[in-house]
Amino acid sequence: MKISFSEQDEQFRQQVADWMAANLCGEFETLRFRGGPGDEHMYPHERKAWERKLAEGGWTCVGWAPEHGGKGLSINQQVIFHEEYARAGGPGRMGHIGEGLAGPTIAAFGSTEQQRRFLPGIVNGTDFWCQGYSEPGAGSDLANVKTRASLNEQGDNWLINGQKVWTSLAHESDWCFVIARTEPGSVGHRGLSFLLVPMAQPGISVRPIEQLTGTSEFNEVFFDDARTDASNIIGQPGDGWKIAMALLGFERGVSTLGQQMQFHNELNEIIAVAKANGAARDPVLRQRLAEAWCGLRVMRYNSLRMLSGAQDGSLRKEATIYKLFWSSWHAALGKLAMDVLGPEAELLEAAPYQLTRLQSLYLFSRADTLYGGSNEIQRNIIAERALGMPREPRLRP
Amino acid sequence: MEFAFSDEQEMIRSSAEGFLADVCTSNATRAAMSSARGYDENLWQRLCNEMCWPALHIPETYGGLGLGFVELTLLLEQMGRRLLCSPFFATACLATPALLLHANPTQKSHWLPRIAEGSLTATLAYTRGSGWGADDIQATVSKEGDGFVLDGLYGQVIDGDTADLLIIAARTPASHGEEGISLFVVEAANPGIERQWLPTMDQTRRLARLHFNRVYLGPDALLGQAGEGWQALEPVLQLACIGLAAEQTGGAQQSLDLSVAYMQERQQFGRPIASFQAIKHRAADMMLQVECARSASYYAACVAQEVLDPEGDAQVARELPLAAALAKAQCSQAYFHCAQESIQLHGGVGFTWEYDPHLYFKRARASESYLGAPAWHLERIASLIIGEQP
Repeated sequence: MKISFSEQDEQFRQQVADWMAANLCGEFETLRFRGGPGDEHMYPHERKAWERKLAEGGWTCVGWAPEHGGKGLSINQQVIFHEEYARAGGPGRMGHIGEGLAGPTIAAFGSTEQQRRFLPGIVNGTDFWCQGYSEPGAGSDLANVKTRASLNEQGDNWLINGQKVWTSLAHESDWCFVIARTEPGSVGHRGLSFLLVPMAQPGISVRPIEQLTGTSEFNEVFFDDARTDASNIIGQPGDGWKIAMALLGFERGVSTLGQQMQFHNELNEIIAVAKANGAARDPVLRQRLAEAWCGLRVMRYNSLRMLSGAQDGSLRKEATIYKLFWSSWHAALGKLAMDVLGPEAELLEAAPYQLTRLQSLYLFSRADTLYGGSNEIQRNIIAERALGMPREPRLRP
Repeated sequence: MEFAFSDEQEMIRSSAEGFLADVCTSNATRAAMSSARGYDENLWQRLCNEMCWPALHIPETYGGLGLGFVELTLLLEQMGRRLLCSPFFATACLATPALLLHANPTQKSHWLPRIAEGSLTATLAYTRGSGWGADDIQATVSKEGDGFVLDGLYGQVIDGDTADLLIIAARTPASHGEEGISLFVVEAANPGIERQWLPTMDQTRRLARLHFNRVYLGPDALLGQAGEGWQALEPVLQLACIGLAAEQTGGAQQSLDLSVAYMQERQQFGRPIASFQAIKHRAADMMLQVECARSASYYAACVAQEVLDPEGDAQVARELPLAAALAKAQCSQAYFHCAQESIQLHGGVGFTWEYDPHLYFKRARASESYLGAPAWHLERIASLIIGEQP
């Protein structure tokens, strides 16, 4: 166990920093520190162009294996890349759902044919993905999916009907991976399949959800005889749940280190406000600022422990705490930002409802403890999978 | 960077875990804590002779094993988990680091081999017992001939009534704050030293008060430079905080484990209470605290490792003040939280003397306040990251 980086790793750090300094400028200058959580709706076209810029530099999919078009970086170098990316103010990644979720799933479970078809678009920054999991009746109870899919009479296309909800960036995406029920009459996690569906077609309509932030990162997606080629199924019909759950494991990846660097930028902004307005001399706020700093440091070592366990392919049971910790920490940081600002916290950037960055942090962090498995679901997972406590007995109809 | 244990480190951890599970049962702890010395002398000799634990982080030149603070942390976590009553913490985490960092070669050759072989226990005494900063150092030192005379009172001295060797701090009579402080190493048998055991709420670790009444020390008793004692003591206290944090992590883990085992067994309303969501969520929050404490403790141990290693990474070593304050604040809060939850989750039996949760609950509070409570360490962090004063 050692926390210092090798000289070689430090050289790599410099290489990333240099590339960012040389490229995140000019037409991309406006993107610095933009497009993160609560700001994901901003500059979508410019951020797509930035993805292509990253791809030219070889900086997409840095952790993927070379045979899938990735850079095959070591865990340490991935940590460094994500840290330096965020330190330089690298914008929120439009490609993160493809790179972090769809791609690894296709690499792990897809056929060679599917890998050849879908992975290059992710690596090149040309294909963007969204995630079709939640439904109005399938939130925490994700297995209660009602969206149906069946092969048409010719057997060459899946026909999909139903509704997904909370789909980030659906309106900016080329493809959606959808969990749909392909076995009529099945219930729960049986009879589900994992389908890849093109977004640009008459059978799909996207309706933005107006959030409490006044912005709309999340969407409803309606499938009305939407189509995808019969070959666009990952695994076999009925494997959907297994694949969907494996994908959630990819979610706790190295990119969390980059997220932490964004958190670091936010904490620094709050400390700067505190020094400017005198809150930094308030003994209670000092305690809370110090606690926030501690939480961030702890989060870093939580993830480094988690990643060191991931090298053998399986996450250790302590990885189950990760989401609960960062989401609670981030929500508390939002409240701390408001308390540091004091009465000024109320004043909007502009009418009708344009939030300042810290207001956006405060309000948007309320989603953190909900999406990707609410804190309550996280606690169930910790208790049942990590501590071995029994499941709540289920009511049977 | 490699934030996982090596095979050798895993072996040290699991051998400590196995050994202590055998010898450090609840009955054994209860017997030790009510014994005359507060620990089992035979067990201590086994720790020294069979396991060689006090020798762990002493360099091979001085009869030690030459390992580092990360390995030490692994032992401490297991000791905390089992509430081991022993002079280990005071000897290995207070006195040994002080000698390693500040003793001259003659002093090292004189004292370290004896600590390594287990023929000597040691501790640190510095404040009067009212606080943990430089202002709380009140004992005085005056030059006399080529030696020194010390007078004054020390409180909150861990194992102060049984330790053979004392590392002490004292200040010149007119000095204030961080100025005028010096460190000394002195044998506890010195006739001018009166030692008094103080009965404490937590019985798993002993505290004592020491009265120094015109204690004469020769020039060879001075540790480091005269007048620069506070600058020398700070890293020692920070390393001790990191050691304590490891113990606290182990205690928090055991509070959780005891609770989960009990809840699996205890039936109410026709099912194990562990199946109720209200209970499971509290256990999940305990695990969150334990794992965060563990991350803080391991991070700080990596920093401590570089501090103790004369060829360690200087950039990492500079993180010591922040790492120590973080570990102590985080692990204190985690331990207290888990220990208090453990009583609640045990229900009525959690309130009895017979069941163990109260032992952890008491140890958690005592460890929380020793070397500074969380609020004190958080303020230190605030002053380091924000700069300004409250």
